[in-house]
Amino acid sequence: MMDFQVVVLAGGTAKKLAPLVSKEVPKALLPVANRPVLSYVLELLESSNLKDLIVVVEGEDAALRVGGWISGAYVDRLHVEVAAVPEDVGTAGALRAVAHHLTANDVLIVSGDLVSDVPPGAVAATHRRHGAVVTTLLCYAPVSGPSDTGSSAGKDKVKKSRYNIVGLDPTRQLLLHIAAGAEVEKDIRVQKNILRAVGQLEIRADLMDAHMYAFKRTVLQDVLDQKDTFHSIRQDVLPYLVRTQLRSEISANGLHKVEDNANGRVSSQNYVTWMSQHREIAPSAYQELLALSPRSPENALRTHKCCAYIASKSKYCARLNSIQAFSDINRDVVGEASHLSGYSFSSQNNIIHPSAELGSKTTVGPQCMLAEGSQMGDKCSVKRSIIGRHCRIGSNVKIVNSVVMNHVTIEDGCLVQGSVICSNVHLQERVVLKDCQMVCALWPDSV
Amino acid sequence: MDVRRGQRTVIDPKVRQVGFVPAGATRPPARSHSVPTDACSSSPPAPELPLSGSSLSPVMIPPPRHSSADGLPSLSRSAASPVPIPASPLRRDTVQIPIGSYNPSESVLGSSPMISPSSRLDAVSEFSDEVPTSAWLGRSGSGKFASSFPSSSGEMMTMKITGGGSGGGGNTPKSSLTTASVVKALPGVSEKDRGALIEVQNEGISKPQKQKTSKAERRAIQEAQRAAKAAAKEAGEAVKPSASSGGALPASKQGKVVKPSSQKKDGPQVTAPVVPSEKKVGDRIPDKDRKKDVPHPRMQFDDKHRVEKAKRRAVVNQSEARNRVELFRHLPQYIHGTQLPDLESKFFQLDPMHPSVYKVGLQYLSGVISGGNARCIAMLLAFQEAIKDYSTPPEKALVRDLTAKISSYVSFLIECRPLSISMGNAIKFLKNRIAKLPHTLSESEAKSSLQSDIDRFINEKIVIADKVIVGHAVTKIRDGDILLTYGSSSVVEMILLYAHELGKQFRVVLVDSRPKLEGQALLHRLVAKGLNCTYTHINAISYVMQEVTRVFLGASSVLSNGTVYSRVGTACVAMVANAFQIPVLICCEAYKFHERVQLDSICSNELGDPDVISKVAGRNDLNHLESWADNENLQLLNLIYDATPSDYVSMIITDYGMIPPTSVPVIVREYRREHLWI
Repeated sequence: MMDFQVVVLAGGTAKKLAPLVSKEVPKALLPVANRPVLSYVLELLESSNLKDLIVVVEGEDAALRVGGWISGAYVDRLHVEVAAVPEDVGTAGALRAVAHHLTANDVLIVSGDLVSDVPPGAVAATHRRHGAVVTTLLCYAPVSGPSDTGSSAGKDKVKKSRYNIVGLDPTRQLLLHIAAGAEVEKDIRVQKNILRAVGQLEIRADLMDAHMYAFKRTVLQDVLDQKDTFHSIRQDVLPYLVRTQLRSEISANGLHKVEDNANGRVSSQNYVTWMSQHREIAPSAYQELLALSPRSPENALRTHKCCAYIASKSKYCARLNSIQAFSDINRDVVGEASHLSGYSFSSQNNIIHPSAELGSKTTVGPQCMLAEGSQMGDKCSVKRSIIGRHCRIGSNVKIVNSVVMNHVTIEDGCLVQGSVICSNVHLQERVVLKDCQMVCALWPDSV
Repeated sequence: MDVRRGQRTVIDPKVRQVGFVPAGATRPPARSHSVPTDACSSSPPAPELPLSGSSLSPVMIPPPRHSSADGLPSLSRSAASPVPIPASPLRRDTVQIPIGSYNPSESVLGSSPMISPSSRLDAVSEFSDEVPTSAWLGRSGSGKFASSFPSSSGEMMTMKITGGGSGGGGNTPKSSLTTASVVKALPGVSEKDRGALIEVQNEGISKPQKQKTSKAERRAIQEAQRAAKAAAKEAGEAVKPSASSGGALPASKQGKVVKPSSQKKDGPQVTAPVVPSEKKVGDRIPDKDRKKDVPHPRMQFDDKHRVEKAKRRAVVNQSEARNRVELFRHLPQYIHGTQLPDLESKFFQLDPMHPSVYKVGLQYLSGVISGGNARCIAMLLAFQEAIKDYSTPPEKALVRDLTAKISSYVSFLIECRPLSISMGNAIKFLKNRIAKLPHTLSESEAKSSLQSDIDRFINEKIVIADKVIVGHAVTKIRDGDILLTYGSSSVVEMILLYAHELGKQFRVVLVDSRPKLEGQALLHRLVAKGLNCTYTHINAISYVMQEVTRVFLGASSVLSNGTVYSRVGTACVAMVANAFQIPVLICCEAYKFHERVQLDSICSNELGDPDVISKVAGRNDLNHLESWADNENLQLLNLIYDATPSDYVSMIITDYGMIPPTSVPVIVREYRREHLWI
């Protein structure tokens, strides 16, 4: 398999999504268009012929649930090993826990909440081509859709926390600087030696780290071993590698070994330097300068490359890491990124399960989804919304731009607009919900 | 151009003496006379042929008589009689004509219109990466008949068909209970198969003959053929005056009459006189079919059918550029930027490809690796890795399976970027090493021996060769010299650095050209080392040349007529230097030599991304051609290589010493064994 191993970090019960996810529904199983979000990643990997996966889940319970679902849904299709790690170890901790299972040359790490159609092969190929230590997938941050009609201040806040500040070389292949947008307040610090080496640094704020990384295994393991305070890949490991790319500490042993392997036991040192002179006639000024830096082999090997693969704008790429993202992704998967959902749309461009019952004069518009066993009364109207399983909806109900999860009861005359309604919620008559991000029943039984 | 022609005629006699002193010294004059005699009276040369054919040692230049005998008489005869092939079996036995010999250029000078196209064809078709033995066969055989492809496919066919036929025969009676459609389907199929089977059997009979015949037998056959030919000719000449069509009929009848008798005889031991005629008739029809099957050694990309076929096989999704320059339509040109994303997204889907090979392919495609030596080394190292991880599948022989594997890797690499000649030579070497592996070796031993072979090749043919070249070249640099170089050649860089280390006082004029501007990187390195440099672009070459004392150039390949195949612009630099009477020294490792002959840069070249010449990076005010790519009236041409005629080359510095360009064929010929065997 091209010497790659795949680790899917499926997370646990993320607090950020608190009411949506619970003990019963870990994050990985959160339904997006009535399919667990993890299935999008697994199918993306499967379509790339990556069938041996390690799925890491936080928490024993969650791991059991995820494992149970995977073994049911992908019994003959994928070879998945589920590993449970304690909660709150972070992504780095999760990787530490499975590090001893990793044997391949490179490791592809994918976040379980990624909904995307960017081929993982592209990231892996870029990684291989450059012989990079780490390659990350950057994608254009999704432009918030029409449902995003909340106050502009709130929107800005959301954006700020989501986006990254990314520094790239002129060829847009080397990753020279990365910082989470939230951490940046007014100014960013760029290292002088990197800037000098590249000559030109392009700083962009419209790119998002999609949490798909290709790591060189030896380097990843070294970093995880040496820096045991590192908690998160995105916040600690990646910035660390990017920061130290010109004065690599890990590469002293790790890279050297790899480099030797690549050159295939051609023992003469002279030969290795000869190669380093001529092998990489660079696409950018970067490597020229690297080559120009004093030619001693140790010095040349003291650098490592961090690369970025920028997905084209036509590709869909989003992470389910906030409630806003949840409703956005739900909307997109039946809307603009409908090829991801895996459903076949009707001629009205919607999906209505045959077991769903519709009353008279009820209309279900395009880009809608009505799952099995749901009932709707008369004169309802559903637009750009997803309605989960076994919902009971009365008459004269209008649902626009919303996500209604499973087993929800909505009585007559309600208006739901731009909201997410969690499972088991019961809405009484004539409720009007507009742009409520989340409606959920804290004590579902008592409602 | 006119000047060039004039010079050539002056230079050529000198060339002949220098190039072929050892054995051919006495031959050339005789040769030149023999051509006309051949052409006019066809009977005398016949008895001489076996002599020359058998006494040819690999050192000697084969007299051009063969080619002329193939070309002229057969053509003249074909008008008279419908047997145009009699010459072809002859050709089979005439020890291979080293294409590196001087025939082609000579024939062009001699302006014999018959030969030049054929010789050029040979030269073009020569570049195949097969194991030399098969290449030998392919070259010496009549046309494509004996090349390895058809024979193997033929064998496969027989296997398949006999299996299917017997299976069908066995099944039909039994399967009377099964549905009717099956029964109906079978006879039709079997009939077809039978038809095919007969054809295949014909081939099957004729083929073993060819392979099994010993030397004595072959000679017998040859003599028989000659006799037959002479007879046919006499007959033809006798009939000629009366009517050409009348002459055609009896000959064809003869052939037909002979054919059944030959079919009755089984086995390869057919009496001599029958063989040629049988081959004549038997070969003709399948030959036509084969021409379709056999992939042309070098894809001609203006041939739509073949391009379609290749596309279906291709791993890399290649969408071809629409607007191409007329003269260069036969070269592949793809819309740049479509290949890489496609290949990248398929990264995990290509299972049989070894990761290291894939990596190198990606690097070729993205231009991370460029330069003849770097590409060759990267490829060999990737193959080394692949061999290291290779394990023979059960019930397969390492030799065969690994060769197939390497071939598939090579075709993948070709899709990423056309091979350079040096890479072709390296592949030939590797395949030869695999083929020559002793059967007694265990798998691990074989693998380690191949890996060390690759190491040795890189070390001896490239690394040490470069050192030797540097050693030679430095003797040509004196204090106060002003050296000009073009582009960025790794060897030239080493030479300059070494000379600088030796403390020689000289200045470097570095000529560069758009769009790659490779010279800038070199300039950077040289200046950093403290060399005194002048940097200019190629449009100032005529001015800058005045002060220069020597020109050092690298090469992608040196062809056996002394033509230097190198980065585009090299020819221009060499010509200007020649006009100023400044010596032009080409630095090139001997593993890059090739026996091919090329007279221009058209028939074989590489096209780069046309967009890079229309766009000027960082100058938005100059990008007038921004979206003109689809304009039908505009065709952009970005050639990668050009061919420098040997007249403009003073000397080639190679690991075998400093030689005139005319000695290249000698090196190619004399050291071929050494190249392949180390």
